[in-house]
Parts: sequence; structure tokens; C-alpha cells
Amino acid sequence: MDVTLRVKRFNPEVDRRPHWETYTVAVDGSDRVLDVLHQVKWHQDGTLSFRRSCAHGVCGSDAMVINGKNRLACVLLVRDVGTEITVEPIRGLPVIKDLIVDMEPFFAGYRSVRPVLVTHDEPGARERIQSPEERARFDDTTKCILCAACTTSCPVFWANDAYVGPAAIVNAHRFIFDSRDDAATERLEILDRRTGVWGCRTAFNCTDACPRGIKVTQAIQEVKRASFAPDDG
Amino acid sequence: MEIRRHSFDAVIVGAGGAGLRAAIETAGKCRTAVLTKLYPTRSHTGAAQGGMCAALANVEEDSWEWHAFDTVKGGDYLVDQPAAEIMCREAIDAVIELEHFGLPFNRTDKGLIDQRRFGGHTRNHGEAPVRRACFAADRTGHMILQTLYQQCVARGVTFFNEFQVLDVAFVGDDPRRGVAGVVAYEQATGDVHVFSCRAALFATGGFGRMFKVSSNAHTLTGDGPGLLFRRGVPLEDMEFFQFHPTGIYKLGILLSEAARGEGGLLRNAEGERFMERYAPTVKDLAPRDLVSRAMLTEIRQGRGIGPAKDYLHLDLTHLPPEQIDEKLPDIAEFVRTYLGIEPKTALIPIQPTAHYAMGGIPTNVRAEVILDADGTVAPGLYAAGECACVSVHGANRLGTNSLLDIVVFGRRGGAAMAEFVQGAEGVAEATQGVEEVTVASIQGLTGSKGTENVADIRTELQAEMTDKASVFRTDELLRRTRATIGGLRERYAAARIDDKGRVFNFDLTEALELGYLLDLADALVSAALARTESRGAHFRDDFPTRDDVNWRRHSLTHRDPATGAVRLDYKPVVGGSYLPMERKY
Repeated sequence: MDVTLRVKRFNPEVDRRPHWETYTVAVDGSDRVLDVLHQVKWHQDGTLSFRRSCAHGVCGSDAMVINGKNRLACVLLVRDVGTEITVEPIRGLPVIKDLIVDMEPFFAGYRSVRPVLVTHDEPGARERIQSPEERARFDDTTKCILCAACTTSCPVFWANDAYVGPAAIVNAHRFIFDSRDDAATERLEILDRRTGVWGCRTAFNCTDACPRGIKVTQAIQEVKRASFAPDDG
Repeated sequence: MEIRRHSFDAVIVGAGGAGLRAAIETAGKCRTAVLTKLYPTRSHTGAAQGGMCAALANVEEDSWEWHAFDTVKGGDYLVDQPAAEIMCREAIDAVIELEHFGLPFNRTDKGLIDQRRFGGHTRNHGEAPVRRACFAADRTGHMILQTLYQQCVARGVTFFNEFQVLDVAFVGDDPRRGVAGVVAYEQATGDVHVFSCRAALFATGGFGRMFKVSSNAHTLTGDGPGLLFRRGVPLEDMEFFQFHPTGIYKLGILLSEAARGEGGLLRNAEGERFMERYAPTVKDLAPRDLVSRAMLTEIRQGRGIGPAKDYLHLDLTHLPPEQIDEKLPDIAEFVRTYLGIEPKTALIPIQPTAHYAMGGIPTNVRAEVILDADGTVAPGLYAAGECACVSVHGANRLGTNSLLDIVVFGRRGGAAMAEFVQGAEGVAEATQGVEEVTVASIQGLTGSKGTENVADIRTELQAEMTDKASVFRTDELLRRTRATIGGLRERYAAARIDDKGRVFNFDLTEALELGYLLDLADALVSAALARTESRGAHFRDDFPTRDDVNWRRHSLTHRDPATGAVRLDYKPVVGGSYLPMERKY
């Protein structure tokens, strides 16, 4: 079947503002949107630029806005999206070229929550003990692949780039609720502000956008609650 | 294009598990730059699923010696046994260290790291499958990559993200005299950067993208081995490439061996659990080379499934649904997404998928790159992970041993490199002009008046390699493949690209990557053609038995820098306590 692909394009070496280009591509229903983009890049227009690597939804390279929603191009199949496909760069981060945005502000947000296990005890020669229940407490947020689909779907992040964004809070959650970690209080202090967890207006866009199915909004609410009673962390 | 210059003590090329683990080791010891053509968290370590073996004995009796035996036998006695012993012994500390770094392993009821079965891992030298694989659901690689990246961020490691390394400079152009620097292309600007350094560690991963059906990321194009090969570094055991039994039909996306470790079964068109005939003791948990051959034998004998009878089934339908949800959630989701079926109730179409290069840049157990059969070290040059060949995997890697390899030899490489740099005198300086080859190759492509499409050449290479140089090989097929590659290289010389710009020109970098794939495919096929025996993942229909007298030795493929001609020589396998015996499971 043929699909019509519309791509919002911008080449900083040529263009003053973005413009749309339309391509017709012969594909199978089981092809990924990433395959459609590759067909264009490899056989119609090699200048079309986008990031990708693993092509099955684990590396987080190819988040983009597909028919209005944040998706990974390699996880969305043509049969699920239809024959009219519109692709734009994710929003709220500066566009560099075509579907490629500057990821540095996103990773700065990630780094700001101190995303590393912090412990004050000496662990000894064997593993720390953690029960299956304690391990399950933060399982959901360990799935994050830092694709930025959540953060760049968030209207608060669009309006205020000082807001740390859902992905950073998800990664804080992953440690705050890890029974082995000793820095929950510090992370909650980092996030206890309008540009932190209180920036969230529970729009749920992040939860809808997450390609890993993380309950992002719920994780943010749990961090909010923990900041009232840090001892629960 | 600007030429920019930097000076570091050491450079790490690649930021997957091996590169990041090495960076943790050099942090605070020497000024290190980590260069990656992706972002670190995009590396393909993150796609590893099933686990990382270590004889913790948390759930049943086990020992690292049994692990070493399984590794040696799994590698069909091409493994260098002292290296395998180091890996399996250090595996225990490596897993504990990852746990201390924060890795969220699954837990037993007692709160210990949980362990599960995996192909080829047995108790007491082959008696029965053993629970040795430590895991975090079916995203163990993802958790290793995240955890190591977190540790690097905490240590303030200097990353140059989206910097693609295209060349290495040696003192006097001679790898025997030491490293002078690396040359990298900055994707965001198109600038060429020269990093002067005394030492460089390559950790660029695999090159599975030379095959059509592959579990590998688009970016796994063998840049590290490819560029070193052109600079006179040989490649070891290139003929040994692993085909993982359970790739999603046509797509090649990996469905972890953990699916069988948790009890999944392989079935043919008759619904038969055919592995019982090929490996009566461990059945579906036989090593990957054996299972992939069994699958293609079933297909050859007409017991394949589908209109073309060209796939088989992975059956998870008898597993408790909650076990799939808890232990195999990601692969269940892959099946739903890409095949549109529910793995709890439907059989999954699968076929072998090109997965892992056992061969690569030859190293010793300190991850130092060696240049010849005498073990001559290239001073300051290191390699670790899939791009390297220690050799701990021999002719066939056991499942989970890749994650082990990257952590154990990433750490060893980082430690050895820091020690080397601390003992070196003077300041690292790459001479003027080391970037000229890189600049010329970039300008050659952006200014090309040729007519050949890069994607067409790559597609033909991939089809040819999957068709003729995969699980079953013959002299005739390999000769035809080599001729095809020769023709493709001629066409590659006339390759054209559309994008002439400087900013994120992936049209250019894909063309450069194809050059590496062509060179490495030529090396693989040449080494496979020469090896007139069957061992591990290298199976020759025309030489179907193992020949220990003539062939229990590692191949070294050399490339003449001037002519591009390939020459083979060999070095002995380093033996140990395990003598070669018939490989039965």
C-alpha cells in the first residue's frame, strides 16, 4: 500500500523557518513508521534527518510527534497509524535539523535529580538484601529509556523550560523508592519547588506518551506525597 | 569544516557497557574523554535482555569452575581457557559490584539476587541446566547501561556525545610505537576533532548490520574494528558469528533465551518439541549454535511453518501468565507490537537472527590489543566488549556471557589503560595532518559525482550475507559471496550522497559506516572460506566435523593498508584443564 508522509523539515544551513514536505511511500502495514522514514531517506531524499538506533523501542533515539502524539517511530506500525502520516520534531526542545532536537536541556534535567544510588553504609562483599516487595516498589520507573517522549508532551514544560519535567522526576522516583538508597530527602528537596514536582498539573500527557508504559503521572504524585512525609521514601 | 584539537591522557571510543565500565575505572586516575556516536544511554547494551551469569549459588549449588567449563565447551574448545577462567571467577565480584552501584536485580524471597537458567549453563560439567543468570526482568542490559551511566554522571566523566570516531593515529603510523590520537567527526557541526592521547580504548560493539536479519541496532556497523583494520591491526576469529535462535520472523528482533530459561519451548510445523532429538539432556536450553542449526535443519527437512515453511514457533502458552508478566514483560510486548499476537495464547513465529560477533580486535586479558601471533602488544591501544576478541567466547558465545565480558574486560581495560598512562612520560600530541585521511574521505563523499546509492549497496550486502554466509556455509557459497562483496566495493567507490551539509549529515555517516561493513564482511568471508572444518557457529556443509588437529587455532586476518588485500595467519588456542571432547548436550 501507499502512504502519504508529511514531515516538518528544517535545515539550519538553508532555511529561515520550518516547512512541510510530502512523500509517497510504498510500504506494508506491518512496517514501522521508522521504516517509512528510512524508505524516504534511502531512496527519495537522503537529506531527511532523524536519530535512530535499535529500531525496537529500547534505545530511545527516535521520539517524534506522529499524527499529533509523541511516539517512538520504531514502535508504531503503519497499520496502527493509517495511510496519512504526519511527523514533527518533539516539542519544547530547540530544533536543530528536521526531526533532530537539542537533547542537552533534557539531560541537564535528568542530571539535576542526582540519578545515582547513594548509600552511607559499607555494603560488604555480598549484595545488599532487598525483598521482592521492596524491589517491586520502584520497578515501574526503572523502565525509563530517556527518550524524552514524556517531557516533550508536557504543556508545563512547553511553557516553562525551567520545569525539570516528567522524565527527571521518574528517574528521581526510581531512587527515592529504592530501599537501598539514602538520599531520598536530598532529592525531594531538589524537587520541592514550582520548577520541580509542583510544576506538574496532572495533564497525563506524559503517561499517554511513555513508550515503556510507565505510569508517569502516578510516579510524580508519589513523589509529591513523599515530599510531605520524606520518611516514607 | 573546522579542525578542532583536544588533548587528553586517554580516549574511550564507545559508551556501551564496556566503554562506560572502563570510564568508571579511569575516572580520577587520568584525564579521559569518552566519545560516542550516540548518546551513552542509546548504546545497544541496553537491548540485552536475559541476564548475566555468575556462580553466586544463590538458588542452587554452583561454582565458577563449572561456569568456566561451560564457557569452554560452549565455545567448542576455541576459547582461551585462562581468559575464560578470569571472566567466570571475576563474574561474581562484577555482579556484586553492579548491585552496589544500584542495579535493581530481581530478588529471591530471602532478598538475594535471583538467578535463572540459560542456554549451555549447566551444573557439574553438563549434568543438567543450572540457575546461574542474574537478571532484572528481561531488561538486564538496559539496567546495566543505566546503572553504569549513572555512575559515570556521578563521577563527572567527560562525554563527547554524537562524536563519531573515524580514524586512529599511531606514532610514526606504526601501531607498535604507540597511540598518538583519534580523529572524530562531530555530527552536530560537521567539524573534525583531533584528540591527542597516549592511550585509546575501543568499545564500539558489534557489526551485525552486515546481515539482513539481525538483532543489531542500525548503528552497529563495526566502526572500531573497521578503522583499526585499515590501520594495520589484525582481526581475530572473524569467521565466528553467532545466530541467535529466537529472532522475530523477518524482523530479527531478539526474543531472549530467557524465554526458554523460564520454560518456553521450540516447536516445528508438526508441533513437535524437536530439540529433544538434537540435545537430549538440556533440550531447548542447548547453546545457540546448536539450536540455530537444529532449527534450520528442521526447515530444510520440510518441517518449517508458514506459506514458505521458513520459520518455527516459540511456545510460551503453557507458562503461567503472571510469570510472563513478571519475568518476560518486554519480549511479550515486542510480540504484541510487531506481530500483533498475544504470546500468552499464541505461538510466536521465529527464525535465527544474526546476533553477535565472537571475533574482533585481538586482545590479551588486560584488554591490550595484540598485533600478531606472537602476542606483540600495541602500546596504549585497548579494546573491550563485542568489538574485541580475548578470546572468552571461542567459536560460540554462551548466552549472558556478553554482559559479563563487557563488565569484566571493560574494568580490566580501564584499569590497565590508567596504569599505562600514569607510567607514560611527556605530553600526548598527535602530529599535524593526522586528520587528512578523514577529511579526504568526508570530502570525497560530499563531492562525489558517482551514481551508486549507499542503501542499495548495503541492502545487497545484507541479503548476500544472510543468504550465503550464515548458519550453513560451503566453499561455493562463500566464494560467490566474496565475489559479490568485491563487486559491491567497486560500486561503493562510486557512492553518492544527497546531503552535502555539515549539520547532522547521517547520509554521510551511513556511507562511511557501509565502508566498514564491506571491509569486515570481506574479512569474515575470507576467514570462513579458509577454515575447512565445522566448529561452534561456523558450520561448513562440505566439512561437517571439527578438526582439532589442523584447526584448533585462532585465525588472524590482516589487511594490507596499501592494497586492501586480505591475508590470514593463525595462532594457537591457549588451553587449560579442559581437553577437547565431543560436544554433546
